[in-house]
Amino acid sequence: MHVRFDIRAAAKTKWYELLVRFVFGGGITVIAGLLAKRYGPVFGGLFLAFPAIFPATATLIEKHERERKAKKGLSGKERGRLAAALCARGTEIGSLALICFAIAVWKLAPMLNFAAALAIALAIWLGTAFLAWRLQKKHICSRI
Amino acid sequence: MFPASDKARLRLYHDARQPGGLKEHPPRSLLMQFLLRFVIGGLVVSLFAMFGDALKPKSFAGLFGAAPSVALATLAITVASDGKAYASSEACSMIAGAVALGLYAWLTMQLIVRWRWHGLVAALTALAVWFGCALGIWLGVLR
Repeated sequence: MHVRFDIRAAAKTKWYELLVRFVFGGGITVIAGLLAKRYGPVFGGLFLAFPAIFPATATLIEKHERERKAKKGLSGKERGRLAAALCARGTEIGSLALICFAIAVWKLAPMLNFAAALAIALAIWLGTAFLAWRLQKKHICSRI
Repeated sequence: MFPASDKARLRLYHDARQPGGLKEHPPRSLLMQFLLRFVIGGLVVSLFAMFGDALKPKSFAGLFGAAPSVALATLAITVASDGKAYASSEACSMIAGAVALGLYAWLTMQLIVRWRWHGLVAALTALAVWFGCALGIWLGVLR
């Protein structure tokens, strides 16, 4: 299964859906900062891995699948649910990559320029996420 | 995973952050800092989310549900205001948050597939597990 980038899918997002994500994402970032100021960086750092993106994404994916099926006169409820479940599976795999990102920043930040450490950590996240995703796809396909 | 020497350094830095320790930022500067966090955090999260929306298949797009969007925004601002050591200690405890995120995503998937819950309801309900797991690791290991 090949990865595709479909700009039309992103264009389906309504302005208010984008606004919800912006407000939620900004709110979580502020809360993480407030908690760090109040209780210290060790507590505040937990919230850097808060699931800020997933709830809205899962909702949108489910909604768009249902709408797509509705246009063809079909229910789409089951399809929408399964699409959200696939998204959750991807997030589960992505969390492994996020652990690698956190370890990279923790270890590299004291040694390197911080921007460089973040860039390397982001590349590690992307590479690990893609590799883990490919491995689990191969594992599923080999069992069919 | 968290050697005693790192924990000691984290504790020292935490103590130094108490009032009377390091210099405190004036209120107006703090307000501007949090406004900046809100805007940058919102933008980064939205960008990652939109990028994920455009990707297929859905399981690959789901990887961006665990994108380090909040972390990138927060750490970039934190290092400017509080220094690298502070940001590094936040990244260390982020590991625990990421473990909780993995459990959260797994539970959400189970709620949708096995119990046939609506996606948003499952995602919001499972947040309790994220909080429980993250706080549990903080209390048991990091504190």
